[in-house]
Amino acid sequence: MSFEPKIVGFLCNWCSYRAADLAGTARIKYPENVRIIRVMCSGRVDPSFVFKALSLGADAVMVAGCHPGECHYLEQNYKAMRRFHILKHTLRAMGLEEDRVRLVWASAAEGQLLAEHIEKFVADVKKLGPLNWGHNWAENGDRLHALEAIVKEHEEAMEVKS
Amino acid sequence: MSEATATSAKTKGKLAIYWAASCGGCEISILAIDEKILDVGNAFDIVMFPCGADGKVRDVEQMPDGAIDVCLFNGGIRTSEQEYMAQLMRRKSKVLVAFGSCASEGCIPGLGNMSDRKQIFDTVYKEGSSTYPVNPKDERPQAETKMPEGTLHLPIFYDTLKTLDQTVDVDYYLPGCPPEAENIWKAIVAILEGKLPPKGSTIGVNTTVCDECKRTRHEKKIKKFHRTWQIIPNEEECLLEQGLLCCGLATRAGCGSLCPQVNSPCIGCHGPNDGVEDFGARLMSAMASVIDSNDPEEIDGIIKDGIPDPVGTFYRFSLAKSLLRRKNKAAIAN
Repeated sequence: MSFEPKIVGFLCNWCSYRAADLAGTARIKYPENVRIIRVMCSGRVDPSFVFKALSLGADAVMVAGCHPGECHYLEQNYKAMRRFHILKHTLRAMGLEEDRVRLVWASAAEGQLLAEHIEKFVADVKKLGPLNWGHNWAENGDRLHALEAIVKEHEEAMEVKS
Repeated sequence: MSEATATSAKTKGKLAIYWAASCGGCEISILAIDEKILDVGNAFDIVMFPCGADGKVRDVEQMPDGAIDVCLFNGGIRTSEQEYMAQLMRRKSKVLVAFGSCASEGCIPGLGNMSDRKQIFDTVYKEGSSTYPVNPKDERPQAETKMPEGTLHLPIFYDTLKTLDQTVDVDYYLPGCPPEAENIWKAIVAILEGKLPPKGSTIGVNTTVCDECKRTRHEKKIKKFHRTWQIIPNEEECLLEQGLLCCGLATRAGCGSLCPQVNSPCIGCHGPNDGVEDFGARLMSAMASVIDSNDPEEIDGIIKDGIPDPVGTFYRFSLAKSLLRRKNKAAIAN
């Protein structure tokens, strides 16, 4: 079976979410891999949202907002931009491919553009393959055996009583 | 402790202090409550304190479950032996306190999560300049060794350091690397007087280091981050405004802003305030907000030049507790 990535998309209420709406009403097709979460502004996206999505099984995360200079809240998408750069810098250090997070701009009129961004992103993530972050936490298989061995050894030692 | 408090504790309680993957600084901090340790001795029998008193694992194992009133547990969980001890102390204690940064969020030992067992062992047993001459056969510790007399066991060293609450159920947290003596004393008094917050709480204030910092503050706009050795900051103004990565704005208060007071930026040892899932993300968010540029390339340059080690900067104390917990194993060169 081919790999269908799970992508979480944080779309801003004023531009990108409306672009997704427009894509829908205009019957513009894009892959269904992106699970869209509407936020009031791309500046609302805390890096922890991205970490949480990745740690819970997402293969990639997209953040989409109004074009620079067109933020409904004046300049919060610039904050999103700076946060995104710092986030990418940290993700690289954590050993993640930087293509697993992407920041795009799409205005309410750009349903077609958003669909193209998503299509491109899904294709790129497919090339990277599954992330499966939870596997990083699996400990060595002999852990339970080691714990049992400690209990057994201590029990045997206990028999020596005064 | 007031005399009323001392006498109100009718029967002597049982106290255990245990350490796992930690440096021993927490023990020193406990002893730094000075002569009040005698009050602790009046109120409690210290049944286990490997660093400071007698008391054997075997004695604890023979106690009924829940026999210990309070266990202050410092250190993260890096080996099977530490995991066993965490389970044992949990079972035998009514109240288990994750004591200090290591037990609460992994702390410096948690930065080992940027490597795995193999890489750490290679560093220690092969590449370390002090180990090579005595390890010519390039040996590594084995969990099991068969000898004529029987099988010998060593604890297993884990790939990933876990916090105490990723291992067993934890009742309270005490922040700090190490917790300050006066905060330890406050926590002990709260325990003795039965005035503890709801289970799962961090015992401490819920505000940031900035609130305790006396430096003057203006609007923060940073064009360049400096590392501590690059500049000598003036003693009046906010350190972050001077370009030093001061973590005070996202870090839990309670230390009296010790580091900024001596002209050194806060490094975040008290961890986050209540309700924060990922301390590093919080810091990243805050630091990004103060960068004074709207140009992607310039922003990238400011970040890469000023923060060469983002994990060591934002997750110095909290990598093990963070949402991702560790570096991608697949990306570790072995």
